[in-house]
Amino acid sequence: MSIVTVQLGQCGNQIGQELFDVISKDCHNAQGQSNKTETEAYRACSQERFFSEDHGKDTPSARAVLVDMEPKVISQAIATAAKSGIWKYGEQSFFCQKQGSGNNWANGFCVHGPRHERDIMNLVRRQVEKCDRLSGFFTMMSLAGGTGSGLGTYMTQCLRDTYPHSFILNQVTWPYGTGEVIVQNYNSVLTLSHLYQSSDAILVHENDTVHKICAQLMNIKQISFKDVNKVIAHQLGSVLQPVCTSDGTAEYKRNPLGDLMETMVCHPEFKLLGLRNIPQMSDTALAYSAFTWPGLLKHLRQMLIAHAKMEEGIDWQVRPPLPGLPAVEKFTGNKESRFNTSLSNLLILRGKDVQSADQGAFADPALYTSWRPPGSSITTWRTPIAFNRYEKLATLVSNSQLLLKPLDSIVGRAWNMFASRAYVHQYIKYGISEGDFLDSFTALEQVISSYSNL
Amino acid sequence: MTQSIVVQVGQCGNQVGCRFWDLALREHSSINKKGIYDDALSSFFRNVDTRAGDEDCSGLSGKKIQSLKARAVLIDMEEGVVNEMLKGPLGELFDSKQFITDVSGSGNNWAVGHKVYGSTYREQIVECLRKAAEQCDCLQCFFLIHSMGGGTGSGLGTLVLNILKDEFPEVYRIVTSVYPSAEDDVITSPYNSVLAMRELTEHADCVLPIENQALVDIANKIKLMSHSGKVGAIKQETAIISGQGGVSVQEKPFDAMNNIVANLLLSLTSSARFEGSLNMDLNEITMNLVPFPRLHYLVSSLTPLYTLADVNIPSRRLDQMFSDAFSKDHQLIHANPKHGLYLACALMVRGNVQVSDLRRNIERLKPSLSFVSWNQEGWKTGLCSIPPVGHSHSLLALANNTCVKPTFMELKERFMKLYKKKAHLHHYLDVDGMEQECFTEAVSSLSSLIQEYDQLDATKGLIMEDAPRLNIAV
Repeated sequence: MSIVTVQLGQCGNQIGQELFDVISKDCHNAQGQSNKTETEAYRACSQERFFSEDHGKDTPSARAVLVDMEPKVISQAIATAAKSGIWKYGEQSFFCQKQGSGNNWANGFCVHGPRHERDIMNLVRRQVEKCDRLSGFFTMMSLAGGTGSGLGTYMTQCLRDTYPHSFILNQVTWPYGTGEVIVQNYNSVLTLSHLYQSSDAILVHENDTVHKICAQLMNIKQISFKDVNKVIAHQLGSVLQPVCTSDGTAEYKRNPLGDLMETMVCHPEFKLLGLRNIPQMSDTALAYSAFTWPGLLKHLRQMLIAHAKMEEGIDWQVRPPLPGLPAVEKFTGNKESRFNTSLSNLLILRGKDVQSADQGAFADPALYTSWRPPGSSITTWRTPIAFNRYEKLATLVSNSQLLLKPLDSIVGRAWNMFASRAYVHQYIKYGISEGDFLDSFTALEQVISSYSNL
Repeated sequence: MTQSIVVQVGQCGNQVGCRFWDLALREHSSINKKGIYDDALSSFFRNVDTRAGDEDCSGLSGKKIQSLKARAVLIDMEEGVVNEMLKGPLGELFDSKQFITDVSGSGNNWAVGHKVYGSTYREQIVECLRKAAEQCDCLQCFFLIHSMGGGTGSGLGTLVLNILKDEFPEVYRIVTSVYPSAEDDVITSPYNSVLAMRELTEHADCVLPIENQALVDIANKIKLMSHSGKVGAIKQETAIISGQGGVSVQEKPFDAMNNIVANLLLSLTSSARFEGSLNMDLNEITMNLVPFPRLHYLVSSLTPLYTLADVNIPSRRLDQMFSDAFSKDHQLIHANPKHGLYLACALMVRGNVQVSDLRRNIERLKPSLSFVSWNQEGWKTGLCSIPPVGHSHSLLALANNTCVKPTFMELKERFMKLYKKKAHLHHYLDVDGMEQECFTEAVSSLSSLIQEYDQLDATKGLIMEDAPRLNIAV
């Protein structure tokens, strides 16, 4: 089954191009347990999922629609893809206008959305028609700007209306805490509250976290957005590339999005997914490192329960509450060393000796909220094919309180700004009222409350 | 890709505009080696085939450059300045239909510029603007350049602003206004400035105030550096006051100062024209830097002022560039942003700078700056890959900061000094359409603007409590 990717705005298009790059390179370099059938099946599954081949002779073209309100980024993305030689974007798969959205969510949602809905949905339809079977949509956008956030939200709604039976996974990039765009908190609040209604799950990347990874784990001195995007693409690739069915290693799961939703999103109030993976390092260091599954999984588990952003600086003092004791105290938002209660977790293991990896520690009911029946909270996917040159790679997709603090912080700052009504006139100009703002705030406070009470 | 039109009014406006076109050509020619008319060029220039009877072939981007015409409208009520431009090397950039001139000038009288010439030339101006707008595929912004102290730039310029708002409400209006210094030789400049300020507050989207004295100080600083002959010898052509490499050969007085303003406009539009890893378009500037409709006065600063000539000395550290952008010596008006309260700040970085450098410097400089309580992280950032000519990187900082308040207060003081004595008032009131109300309204508009800044300043340094959050019933 195939996934159609919709890349929205500058961020979405830049990361999207890196993602397809990582996936094609992974397929080209696929090496497994020297089992040729396995590798071929992996490659074929991944190709069908992300690329359509016209007549089998041309370079595969990505199943993607590129949308932006101004042309510079899209032309760059298309050119970079073509230069790679191993994949490209389809010829008529992009939509752009001449003038951007000006970082104004209302402009993207109320003006550009309805105006360009038909043209963009036509492009989507064309991609969908090329798929034998559609698993669903993967949209990529940032929260800070105007097009990705505003137009992206509108298009997600359109996708939901037009394809009510397909899954929609929204990948969103949260901006740096210390400001890339001044009205980013407004844009984030408006986007998340609306996405909650039409999306199936929201997979979050925070620029701050990825930046730290680049600095401390990858040892990059002068970090550029390209570096940040490459890390995000690597993490996404490790989630979306094929994994084996439980029966045999040569059979690959067909419905990645459906499976993801089934395991991760059991309740419509809880749609925020965080992502952690281990190990993460620069290419030079990779050549000299060796890992064991028990070591990796132990670190990953502690990263999960101690709210760690990455594998360095993990607080090992945090422990799950002992059974029989009173429930964990409510979230107050002050202390870093909180215990992270999960709703559900998905472990994706790729590489050598993967069958031997034991995820038992993740099945501990103490990690999970009390109202979830034990046993259904942890799922594991495996494949012996190594991903992106990492001999062993463990990825954790988590529906837990990992994003609670960042979300609370965004809503808090947006509320403060709203209290003084700053910038509100810019949004009202395009059709959003103060009442709409209040609705969005209410919706997100509800989400925060639900996650706090896990 | 969007287009912008430059409207230059009055002597100051046209002289600055002249430098702008010269430096714009210089910038594009240093990047565009193949002579292809690309999108970046189209934002300010049209591609015209003069042999085929002035046929506009701008729509065919990707073609070779035939003859470039500036997207500009030049207005002056006396012919001297505009004629000189036409006769000079830049003359080919314009055609006669873009000019509106008269003979006698406005006599340093806002009322003459605004009311008299306003009504006489209104239709012609609308016609000219319309024509320029029609030649644009997607018009995004009007750049108005003028001075506040005179008659034409100030009076007719603000009338043009009104026209722009009426005729093209969707298009942004960014105004570069040169404010008179205290020792200005035009006695009635306070009247002209205050009357014009009212129009700017009501009708502009963004105003970039510039003070002549600040420009003079910067120019002197650079000249001092270049004449010192010490280790810090600089590359002449990289100084922001330099017009070297441009079309005009002879340097005229005021050119050094006007080049600074021209460079400001070039940096402002750089991300809209060229590619980068984090684009910052003009509509993003007007969106992020204007939290309340009337508070749209942005203090600007440009760094570095020059590059060093000696290649053995490591180029000025990046961090120094960021620190300089916030120092009072680099601001284009006499103001110290560190003493004021920031409502919002934008950093437009050009050249070989990455996001980590940007973040590091923001973290470093934040503690020394005060931001308003509801916008503690009020930074808007942009990264453009193409640096200005002769530099490897540069920074433009735009600040919506209460430090403009002293400038406005001084202006009001000088106004009141004259107004109380009713000095020169009759020159204005004699003009048809001018009444005492115009003055009282103008000064009250300025007063309420100052008061708004005052209220914000009062919150500086206070610990503001967070607004209580909504309570959700569990």
